[in-house]
Amino acid sequence: MRGPRAQDRVLALDFIFAVAMLMMLVLGIRDDSRMYFEGALLMALFGFLGSSAMAKFLLRGEVIE
Amino acid sequence: MMVVEALVALLLLASGAAALVAALGLLRLPDFFMRLHGPTKATTLGLGGILAASTIVFSVQDPGLSLHEVLITLFLFITAPASAHILAKSAMHDRVPFQGGQEDPLLHPANLVPESAGEYHAAGLDLPPPGEPLPGEES
Repeated sequence: MRGPRAQDRVLALDFIFAVAMLMMLVLGIRDDSRMYFEGALLMALFGFLGSSAMAKFLLRGEVIE
Repeated sequence: MMVVEALVALLLLASGAAALVAALGLLRLPDFFMRLHGPTKATTLGLGGILAASTIVFSVQDPGLSLHEVLITLFLFITAPASAHILAKSAMHDRVPFQGGQEDPLLHPANLVPESAGEYHAAGLDLPPPGEPLPGEES
């Protein structure tokens, strides 16, 4: 996660979360398991929360105003 | 059954290709806004493919339609553009430079309409090469 700016790092983290979620879904298909699906849902949720919180921090200097 | 498996495999391969394109775009595009643009679109595509494949697999296995995946699809189709939008906003707030070093998108030479370029020429000013500040815009 290198990059000239902090925004690049946040974007990379967002993308890593998305790819990990896709990988969990594929593993769920492979293993015939529904549990992976819940993990993927949680990962999507926390990925969005994390990247939006960090972007908000970069925008304002604080997360909760 | 054979047809279903072939369809699922095709969907998974297409989504994997889309995710690969997204990763390459994130790695190699020249400025931040292009890097933001690549993965957001391609991830949405890859996500749609893999979730469709998962829906097909679980719908065929168990009786009845499996619609859990639609939940993730809906959630991510709403949130992915939102987070990309906040990121782009924070990048513009921080004056992350565009390709060629311009900070203000409206002053980027590519965004100058031909009429204003003509005005520049009429005033005896030539448009600077990309990366140089425009006339009237210091440093």
